[in-house]
Amino acid sequence: MTTAHREPYGAEGAPYALPPRTAARERARSAPYFFLLPATVLFVLFFALPIGYAIWLSLHKVQVKGLGLGSGARTEIWAGLENYTDALTDSELLDGALRVLGYGALVIPVMLGLALLFALMLDTDKVRLAPVTRLATFLPYAIPGVVAALLWGFLYLPDVSPFYFVLDKLGMPQPNLLDGGPLYLALSNIAVWGGTGFNMIVIYTSLRAIPAEVYEAAKLDGASPLQIALRIKIPMVAPSLILTFFFSIIATLQVFSEPTTLKPLTNSVSTTWSPLMKVYRDAFGAGDIHAAAAEAVIIALVTLVLSFGFLRAANSRTKQGEAR
Amino acid sequence: MSSLAVRKAAPAAGTTPGTAQGPPLRRRIALVPTLTLLLGALYCLLPVAWVVIASTKSGRELFSTFTFLPGTGFTQNLRDLDAYRDGIYWKWMGNSALYAGLGALLSTAVSALSGYGLAIYRFRGRETVFGVLMAGVLMPPVILAIPQYLLLAKADLTDSYASVLLPLVLSPYGIYLARIYATAAVPGDVVEAGRMDGASEWRIFTRVALPMMVPGLVTVFLFQFVAVWNNFLLPYIMLSDDEKFPITLGLFTLLEQGSNTPALYTLVITGAMLAVIPLIALFLIIQRFWSLDLLSGAVKS
Repeated sequence: MTTAHREPYGAEGAPYALPPRTAARERARSAPYFFLLPATVLFVLFFALPIGYAIWLSLHKVQVKGLGLGSGARTEIWAGLENYTDALTDSELLDGALRVLGYGALVIPVMLGLALLFALMLDTDKVRLAPVTRLATFLPYAIPGVVAALLWGFLYLPDVSPFYFVLDKLGMPQPNLLDGGPLYLALSNIAVWGGTGFNMIVIYTSLRAIPAEVYEAAKLDGASPLQIALRIKIPMVAPSLILTFFFSIIATLQVFSEPTTLKPLTNSVSTTWSPLMKVYRDAFGAGDIHAAAAEAVIIALVTLVLSFGFLRAANSRTKQGEAR
Repeated sequence: MSSLAVRKAAPAAGTTPGTAQGPPLRRRIALVPTLTLLLGALYCLLPVAWVVIASTKSGRELFSTFTFLPGTGFTQNLRDLDAYRDGIYWKWMGNSALYAGLGALLSTAVSALSGYGLAIYRFRGRETVFGVLMAGVLMPPVILAIPQYLLLAKADLTDSYASVLLPLVLSPYGIYLARIYATAAVPGDVVEAGRMDGASEWRIFTRVALPMMVPGLVTVFLFQFVAVWNNFLLPYIMLSDDEKFPITLGLFTLLEQGSNTPALYTLVITGAMLAVIPLIALFLIIQRFWSLDLLSGAVKS
């Protein structure tokens, strides 16, 4: 409901009254194509062409003749699925994929859980300081991922961090936040910090769109605010929850700038920590653009399968719920 | 600061004017929600507060004094940052402003044209065109950025301002927002009346429809501005000349060098602080013009 396209002229193909055909009307027939021309040209140049080229690259490899010197010594030949089988058996890529899946399993529920919690709290009667806290929580959205990772990165360093200061004073153990298991928490925290506010606003906006009459009956029946939140509000904002989840999956699997930024601060983040970092290293560090292209295509496919798989599962569950 | 709240509350209040908000006797603060929101706000402000304080510390104070104790080195840090590589930091800031400002402007223009075209006209293949453009939002940037680099390299355009600007001009999300906004804000009758008066389609768009679409387009511009300003992957791949770096890439390279020369850490921190503060100021000023309702596609009709 929150993503409803308002179509004042009816759905595509629905019958509608034809106005009298005038010269202006005829001109209007070609006009939409002119309005869409810039977007179409840009789409072909910067979306369709690169995707096609990536797929082409992924199906080819370089053959070197002799010493590989002089022009014509390096030719691109058909490789079939060789690059793909190489990528799928590459332990670096698989390890990276597992790391990012674990990271996503931490980030997405915590981030969206907090976003939903804050949105519900903002929507509560008699809550104070709502405008100020909402703005403060939304603020990290305006801060680039690199800068966010940089700020938190320093806050994770024992010499600088207030957390270590407190732990030291309390005489408690001081874990290394930039290594092993805590590294996942450290990276997840950066993503949660950066993403909660934006998702909170999306959910809050759809909460405000619920007409007040919906609550009246529940209030008359003596339902508590908690019951109203659980039984009415959350089911009503389910479509925006599904939408935020869907986009969070896509964004999380593409994680690149945060681990890349933390890399100078710790030895535990390798150049292949996330699959995207591996693609970058293979393309520009190792100079094997064919392998990198195959890896990029695989990551894109896995992302689309996971995100659309989630969307399908969520939608069929919503439909079942309606049928009951 | 409260303008966002006023506008947010308006639709809900408008639906049931004069409805009593529960029994008047129970007029107290909802304590748990207020405290929860306060904790959330503190968590979000913590790194910002830290960077402001840390930027006042000299290199020695950074690693020796308590985190939230202000230091004495602020002016020296500023002077060091200004002197670093003949003030390349300001060049990075300028580059970021150029990439984000010009990029968002071009993107808004393309989104306005496409959104209007899709909202007002009915033509064969309209939903197909829309669907294909929207598929772009789902394309992970990784599958785009590397072939974009290789193709731009063939055109000898890498390591240029254009290589960072052009790939970001087409914004599927911007087109989506412009379309729903044009559908809601530009009545079909008005367009038809313009035609009756003999105005050309282009004239109707520029003189009649565009002014009506301005509030929605401001939102598209701001979204795109933040998206380009925050972008790291594309400039990281495209650029090698650090005179063309945006601030994100500049600070990253500074941090990378800092792992060998810790003296650069104070520069990184001061640089991060200066990069964050104008953005926050901008954010506070513009949030009143920003229809966040559009975020989830809800348009007040």
